Amino acid sequence: MAKPKVAFYWCASCGGCEETIVDLAEDILKVVEAVDIVLWPVALDFKLKDVKAWKPGEVAVAFINGAVRLSEQEEWVKLLREKCSLVVAFGSCAHLGGIPGLANATTRDEIIANKYLRAPTVNNPEGTVPQEKSKVNGFELELPNFWKDVKALDEVIDVDYYLPGCPPPFETVATAVNAILENKLPPKGSVIAPEKALCETCPRNESKPDDLTITSFKRLATSTPDPEKCFLADGFLCMGPATRGGCGERCINGNMPCRGCFGPTPDVLDAGLKMLSAVASRGAADTEQASQDFADSLVDPLGTLYRFSLPVSMLRRRLVPTGDNQ
Amino acid sequence: MANEQFEPRIVGFLCRWCSYTGADLAGTSRMQYPANLAAIRVMCSGRVDPTFVVKALKDGADGVLIAGCHPGDCHYSEGNYKAMRRYPMLLNLLDQFGIECGRVRLEWISASEGERFAEVVTEFTEQLKALGPLNWQESISALCTGT
Ligand code: SF4
Ligand code: SF4
Repeated sequence: MAKPKVAFYWCASCGGCEETIVDLAEDILKVVEAVDIVLWPVALDFKLKDVKAWKPGEVAVAFINGAVRLSEQEEWVKLLREKCSLVVAFGSCAHLGGIPGLANATTRDEIIANKYLRAPTVNNPEGTVPQEKSKVNGFELELPNFWKDVKALDEVIDVDYYLPGCPPPFETVATAVNAILENKLPPKGSVIAPEKALCETCPRNESKPDDLTITSFKRLATSTPDPEKCFLADGFLCMGPATRGGCGERCINGNMPCRGCFGPTPDVLDAGLKMLSAVASRGAADTEQASQDFADSLVDPLGTLYRFSLPVSMLRRRLVPTGDNQ
Repeated sequence: MANEQFEPRIVGFLCRWCSYTGADLAGTSRMQYPANLAAIRVMCSGRVDPTFVVKALKDGADGVLIAGCHPGDCHYSEGNYKAMRRYPMLLNLLDQFGIECGRVRLEWISASEGERFAEVVTEFTEQLKALGPLNWQESISALCTGT
């Protein structure tokens, strides 16, 4: 029997998800024994026309990482959807919008102005900014459209499964690949990770008091967390209570509070608001002023509570350009 | 964007022990106040999850009022303190989302303060008229689509 064909593709991503595969080192040979990799831009050269030549459904599965922000990415993922039997959103960015999704806290115009006009290292007296079409030496050049908004993969194409994580740990990737090879697939739409919150398996859970009280939030930039204590009990915002487990507590073991890359547990509508509700009600403040001070100690709540999930959050993006609010 | 014609839609989460009874008193005493508030009775202001507030704004409300018993008077002893602690944190977050803090208001209104209830609704309605419509759905789709 012919080996199942597998495609890897990347959109708005950092390359970290590719690292999960590359990190396999020699073990990649075992993967290659079991499957035929037909597309993998980070390692092998393929062109759009090669993919266009595939028959619909010919490829068993496409693992797509990264959020979607360019018209070119849209074209690729739609094509992959047509040609592949299964599409797996690979990693936090494809799953939830991820770090690139934080760009929804500002606008496209702001991003372009900062990057090409305002950055102190930029010398651009003519104010040249990228254009979709431009003429250079008589040639017309084209760039993809840079969308106004960052989207998670399932906002652009139908997604069968989600592999959470920034990046997904190899064990969960192996579970997914084996499930596909053995045709033991979970229900469509499943996130391939436990449903319980990270706190349940966290080695620091014991030190989380039942009557947890937070007086004020500390910042990693200015304080070092206790190496054993529950981060919340120590005053650092830890997303563990609202985040799926299954990551192997990678950050916790590196003395970093959970940032929420595995995304919310299944019954949570909006992880950021749930987390806000939970930690704020644990505050020690008992006057309006003290409540305000407590709230202000959580610097950048949007970036902290939605570090990986802004595009899929209830409010999805900032409404007006930065600085325009009152 | 002040607009004479604009009638803001306000969702009010009122605690059943104090503020809802206060609203009732305002009604039975025939006090006059704007009809802009749709009251939702909740068991406690501490039960008002920030998700409710955001859902109301997202689904068409121009403002949200959370009202509960005065600090110290909570039927469940400290539910209203939870509301008090969440409120400024929610406002900080909404500000980053580009939603003005004037659109969400937290007030303590006891069962005997019908007059205070009428005052709060009147003031808040005026404040929202001055802020103008939020139109979250339309504004967001304008920001998300198109090249
Ligand atoms: S809050 Fe964070 S540190 Fe504390 S038990 Fe949960 S995951 Fe562990
Ligand atoms: S601890 Fe949190 S942020 Fe870190 S890998 Fe696990 S889920 Fe992701």
